[in-house]
Amino acid sequence: MSGGSFYQRDRSWHPPAYAPTYKTSVTRSPQKALIALDNTLSEMTGPVFGHDMLGPLDDDLIANFAKDGDPIGQRIIVHGRVLDEDGRPVPGALIEVWQANAGGRYRHKKETYLAPLDPNFGGCGRTISAEDGSYRFRTIKPGPYPWPNGPNDWRPAHIHFSIFGHGFAQRLITQMYFEGDPLIWLCPIVSTIPDKAAIERLIAPLDMANTVPMDARAYKFDIVLRGRRSTLFENRKEGN
Amino acid sequence: MVQSLDRLKESASQTAGPYVHIGCTPNFSGIEGVFPQDLGASMLNAEARGERIRIVGRVFDGVGAALKDAMVEIWQADADGLYPSPQETRGTADANFTGFGRSAGDMATGEFIFETIKPGRVPFKDGRPQAPHVTLWIVARGINIGLHTRLYFGDEAAANEADPILSRIEHRSRVSTLIAPKTLEGGVPTYRHDIVLQGDKETIFFDI
Repeated sequence: MSGGSFYQRDRSWHPPAYAPTYKTSVTRSPQKALIALDNTLSEMTGPVFGHDMLGPLDDDLIANFAKDGDPIGQRIIVHGRVLDEDGRPVPGALIEVWQANAGGRYRHKKETYLAPLDPNFGGCGRTISAEDGSYRFRTIKPGPYPWPNGPNDWRPAHIHFSIFGHGFAQRLITQMYFEGDPLIWLCPIVSTIPDKAAIERLIAPLDMANTVPMDARAYKFDIVLRGRRSTLFENRKEGN
Repeated sequence: MVQSLDRLKESASQTAGPYVHIGCTPNFSGIEGVFPQDLGASMLNAEARGERIRIVGRVFDGVGAALKDAMVEIWQADADGLYPSPQETRGTADANFTGFGRSAGDMATGEFIFETIKPGRVPFKDGRPQAPHVTLWIVARGINIGLHTRLYFGDEAAANEADPILSRIEHRSRVSTLIAPKTLEGGVPTYRHDIVLQGDKETIFFDI
C-alpha cells in the first residue's frame, strides 16, 4: 500500500467557505486564509474500519428501520466505486449515508416540513467498499423538499454521503443527486460549487444494466478521494 | 497538445447540512435499532494505556452564537505517539485505544465532549518531534467543506514552543487559538477548546 502525503486539494474545484446565496455560510465561513500544513503522520493516517463492524441490514435502508412493512416510495439501488485521483480503487472505505424519505421528510427532531414521517423508514445506512473499491446499498428514492433560505428554495432529491478513505486528510462529506432533476440547477447549495463539471460529477445516472427487473432501479455514483504520493520516493533524503 | 495526466478530480464537497446526525450519530438523534452504537462514541476501554483526559468545547459562528448542529471528529495518536493505521511503521499502536472520536455536541448547548487519553509525540516529516496534538475535523450546516484544525495542550508549553508547525505560524497572536488550557473538572484533567469559525478570534484552520 502506498502511504505518502496526499496531493494538494484543488480548492477552486470545491465550494468556497463563503457563498452568500447559501445564507447559513455567511457567518460560518472562516475569513482568514487556511494555513498550509505539509502532511505528517497525523494527516496521512486515519481510522481503519473492518467489515465486521457492519450488521446485515446496514446497507439496506428499505429494511433496517422497517416495523410492519416496507417504506413507501421508489425502490432503488445506489452503487459505484470509491477511487483515488489516480483512478486506483480505495478498498475498506467506510461510507455512511443519510436522506429524507419519499415525501422529502427527515426523521429529525428539528425538522418542520409538513410532509409525514414514514414509520418504516429511518433514513440512515452504511457500508464499506470492497477490494475493487465497489460498494452498494438499497434504499427509497428521497423526495425534494422546501427549506428556509430564500422564500421559495427547494432542495433537489439527494443522498448525503460521508466517506473515510485511508488518511484523515481524505475525509469528505458530499451529496449525490439524481439524473434529470430540474431542481439541481436551481439549488443554492449545489451552486456553491463553482465549476459545472464538478457538479455534474455529483449527479448519478440511471443505470439500467444494474437495475433489478420488476424490483428496483439502479443509480451509479462513483466517489473520488484525494490521491497520495508513494512513500518510496518521499522518504528518500537528499543525496541518497 | 500534450499527453493527459489521466488524473481524476476529487469529488466536490457539499455541506453536511442540518441533519448530519441522522447518518453519523443516529442513536444520538433518536433513530435507535439501526446501529448498536454510534461510531466514535467510545475511544478506549479500561485497558488502554495513558492518562485519561477529557476534551470539551463549543463551535461558535461569526456573531458569537454556539452551533447546535455541528459534528466534530478527532483523530489522535495513542499514549506512545503511535497511530492504529497501516501507514504506522514505527510500532504497533495500543489495541485498546481507537484514536478516533466523533461527537454530535449537546442539542441544547452545542458542547462536544471526548473522553480520551493524552497522546504521545508524533514525528514531523524531518523527524523532529511534534508537540502532542489532536487533529479535529468540523462539519455543519453552512460549512461547505469540512474544516481541519488541531488541538495542542496548554500544559505542554516547552513542546509547543519548539513544535515545527506552531513555530512557523506567522501571526503569533493566533497561535493561542490552537492551544487548549487545562482545568480539573470533577477530578478529570479537562482541556477546554472552543472553536471560532469567523472573526477576530477565528481559529486557525489548516489546508492539509
